Amino acid sequence: MYAQMIKSEATQDDPEKLAAFQARIDAGDKIEPKDWMPAGYRKTLIRQIGQHAHSEIVGQLPEGNWITRAPTLERKAILLAKVQDEAGHGLYLYCAAETLGVSRDELTEMLLDGRMKYSSIFSYPTLTWADMGAVGWLVDGAAIMNQVPLQRTSYGPYARSMVRICKEESFHQRQGFDIMMKMANGTDAQKRMAQDALNRFWYPSLMMFGPSDKESVHSEQSMRWKIKMNSNDELRQKFVDQTVPQAEYLGLTVPDKTLAWNEEKGGYDFAEPDWSEFFDVLKGNGPCSVERIEARQKAWDDGAWVREARMAHAAKKQAAKVAAE
Amino acid sequence: MKQEWPLWEVFIRGQHGLSHRHVGSLHATDAEHAIQNARDVYTRRKEGVSIWVVPAAQITASSPDDKEALYDPADDKVYRHPTFYDIPDDVGAM
Repeated sequence: MYAQMIKSEATQDDPEKLAAFQARIDAGDKIEPKDWMPAGYRKTLIRQIGQHAHSEIVGQLPEGNWITRAPTLERKAILLAKVQDEAGHGLYLYCAAETLGVSRDELTEMLLDGRMKYSSIFSYPTLTWADMGAVGWLVDGAAIMNQVPLQRTSYGPYARSMVRICKEESFHQRQGFDIMMKMANGTDAQKRMAQDALNRFWYPSLMMFGPSDKESVHSEQSMRWKIKMNSNDELRQKFVDQTVPQAEYLGLTVPDKTLAWNEEKGGYDFAEPDWSEFFDVLKGNGPCSVERIEARQKAWDDGAWVREARMAHAAKKQAAKVAAE
Repeated sequence: MKQEWPLWEVFIRGQHGLSHRHVGSLHATDAEHAIQNARDVYTRRKEGVSIWVVPAAQITASSPDDKEALYDPADDKVYRHPTFYDIPDDVGAM
């Protein structure tokens, strides 16, 4: 998902406090910033929310790539609004992470020096306009699968930012599907473009959920803490079951020859993505990994004087105000 | 000089005459800047008609450890709620 392969931290707190904390979570209490929490819960959440925030911010890049080349003024306005939403989502999440005692600058620095990751999906290029459709439809669709249950997560600020994000995310998916409908019903060349976008984004979208975590101790701990609500396989299955009929509606073919409805389980059987590719991308070897971090580094460096100048200007204004009083 | 912009808490009043409600936080250099940022971050879809911003450092919050001392005294005062009183149906709406 936007947060993949999150390792939960072992926790060495007072067993009595731990039990009381777990009882609060089991009772459906929300944990708030000033409440006592296990060190492992705090660390794991910083990692998870931070990675989620970074994904929103880095996720602006593949779409930003198409703003100046959108086919109509209306499409351009819509894409701008969507990319602006992603910036907003990043900000809500950074603020949620900051309530855990990490600063915004630290989070940014950890992304830039590779200590923190962003979702594997954003290391793939967006080659044609149809990719804007596929990203909205598939990538945002997959994100929604994960984010809707996270509205009930145990950490209050995280849950509240998810509520805001989910409200806005539905527009993202629908605008993507709208682009796909237009392309799929267009000229032969447009239809080929739509099919090509689906071909390239299908498996990377399935990878977003992360590899099977049936045996993962980290997932088990995170689920007990209610900072992970469903298993990766469960969400991936749900995504496939929802998306295949939509692809059929578009008249497009999911690039999986093994795809078949399984009456018994009431869901589709489908091929797993290539997990070695996933691990490689996560390590920073995706087709656009270097470019993405370079773009973030450049924005951070080029923006430094603006951040400083604004502070200096505010201090000057404040001094003038004090002098006038 | 390296200094992070201060944190502000943002409150928005919606269209229907309800109170300002806390919606989240953001970083800004001063109050005016915080209002500008709040407009971009929290009211892109007509969520409100009025914005308050408050420096996060200026907020005093009750401590979670005081929960019992602060709120338990209300537990045994059910007579403060209208449902505590049985009014016969014959009396009509009250």
